[in-house]
Amino acid sequence: MSQNKEVIKVEHVDFDYDGHLVLEDITLTVQEGDFMGVVGPNGSGKTTLLKIILGLIHPLKGKVQVFGRTPERGRHFIGYVPQHAELDASFPISVMDVVLIGRLGQAPMIGRYRKADRQAAEEAMQEAEISDLRSRRFGTLSGGQKQRVLMARALVGRPELLLLDEPTASIDGRVEQDIYHLLKKLNEKVTIVLVSHDVGFISAYVNKVACVNRRLVCNPADHMTGDTIEACYSGPIHMLKHTCEL
Amino acid sequence: MFEFLNVLINHGFMQNAIIIGLLASVACGVMGSYVVVRRIVFISGGISHTVLGGMGIAYYYGYNPLHGAVISALIAALVIGFVSLRYNQYEDTLIGALWAVGMAVGILFIYKTPGYNVDLMSYLFGNILMVEKESVRLLAYLDGLIILSVLLFYKRFLAVCFDEEYSKLQGVGVVSTYLLLLCLIALTVVILIQVVGIILVIALLTLPAATARYYARSLVQMMIIASILGALFTTSGLIVSYQPNLPAGATIVVIAGLAYLIATVLKGLAARFHGRRD
Repeated sequence: MSQNKEVIKVEHVDFDYDGHLVLEDITLTVQEGDFMGVVGPNGSGKTTLLKIILGLIHPLKGKVQVFGRTPERGRHFIGYVPQHAELDASFPISVMDVVLIGRLGQAPMIGRYRKADRQAAEEAMQEAEISDLRSRRFGTLSGGQKQRVLMARALVGRPELLLLDEPTASIDGRVEQDIYHLLKKLNEKVTIVLVSHDVGFISAYVNKVACVNRRLVCNPADHMTGDTIEACYSGPIHMLKHTCEL
Repeated sequence: MFEFLNVLINHGFMQNAIIIGLLASVACGVMGSYVVVRRIVFISGGISHTVLGGMGIAYYYGYNPLHGAVISALIAALVIGFVSLRYNQYEDTLIGALWAVGMAVGILFIYKTPGYNVDLMSYLFGNILMVEKESVRLLAYLDGLIILSVLLFYKRFLAVCFDEEYSKLQGVGVVSTYLLLLCLIALTVVILIQVVGIILVIALLTLPAATARYYARSLVQMMIIASILGALFTTSGLIVSYQPNLPAGATIVVIAGLAYLIATVLKGLAARFHGRRD
């Protein structure tokens, strides 16, 4: 895969909630084929940055381009994986129906999903290795299974970029590893940006790290050292040195 | 029971009542499921109470209160829907205000209408045995409209109720879908008012669906189970209330409430004995 096409371009972006600046002067570029980890402590503006890239919220200042277009136009190429904890676990909906939501944009406006939509959902579930869960109720699944369902939903639209928000939050270590393995495999075909507060672990899988804490503390192009990450978290953190391949 | 059957066979009013009960069951099963899963019980309450305003105005000017109810329910749905989307922070306060003011307007108009004001009570608490034949036809049309709309927009409603943000990313008009859903709930409210009256509408809108949720694996299943439960509640309510001359609406609601209570207890016991499998 060529490494020179710009997938996301964020330039001098500021964002505020009620006058409180949560992102300040963020500039970063994601290129085709990248697997970028966006790390930072809780409340550092990581999720906000994702939502700006998706065009769900608009920056106070600065410019965002996704596949050379505005976020609203570029989002058709994005598969988004939100945090599953924000979805209602008591909602009566099957895994298949959750995955099909990812085809809503392509499916006819009224009436049922077409055969092609169901076929695409089957393929996406296969890719996320959850075909056997097809008719289970979403709310009864474990955290790791839910995560895979949401990944299948993101994949069903054949995205060129996957955005994931804390994919391993409230998931135990082994399942976490499985999910990163799957992402690594997907990265052969799609560009991936994932947000996590868990720095140590993701550095084994990603090829770039952006450290956000209101400002962009370490630029992804820089060599990542313990010092820059400590600057980001403003305190010493546990870091696995051997996994850093930058 | 025998006497009830006798009345049912020989008198049109009881046949009407049963038919309205069944029409209401389908509407409350289908739309009530949305109310429960989307957690918009308070919004639905706001819509139903505001309807009294429209009924009162229609009554005062000599129009059919049912037509006033349809119009005011739709207006209330759009206004309340707009308020809940636009002024999220003050949503409950504003809906509470509309709720009360709508009712107050209705009471004022009904009070000022010349003649004997017996109708106020039947608007508030329903009088299923007094519904006229021509109203039954209008209610059947409303039922058909609700079912047709849900058939056409089922996947959109499901997506928007489950994950609004993702639906927006898929290019779905989230606002228009939500407002359409509220309008269909408003029409359901109009049907249910005929059965249990304005005050008790919320019970019929939520109890069958909430009971069905314990046993349903999907939204469609929930709608079907809730409709069947609704039919059982309304029909048994009519049977139970007939001989002792109890108000039918209140009897139906008490039965629905008891069924929900029993289902909740059974569900709790089942969860305790089997561990928490589902």
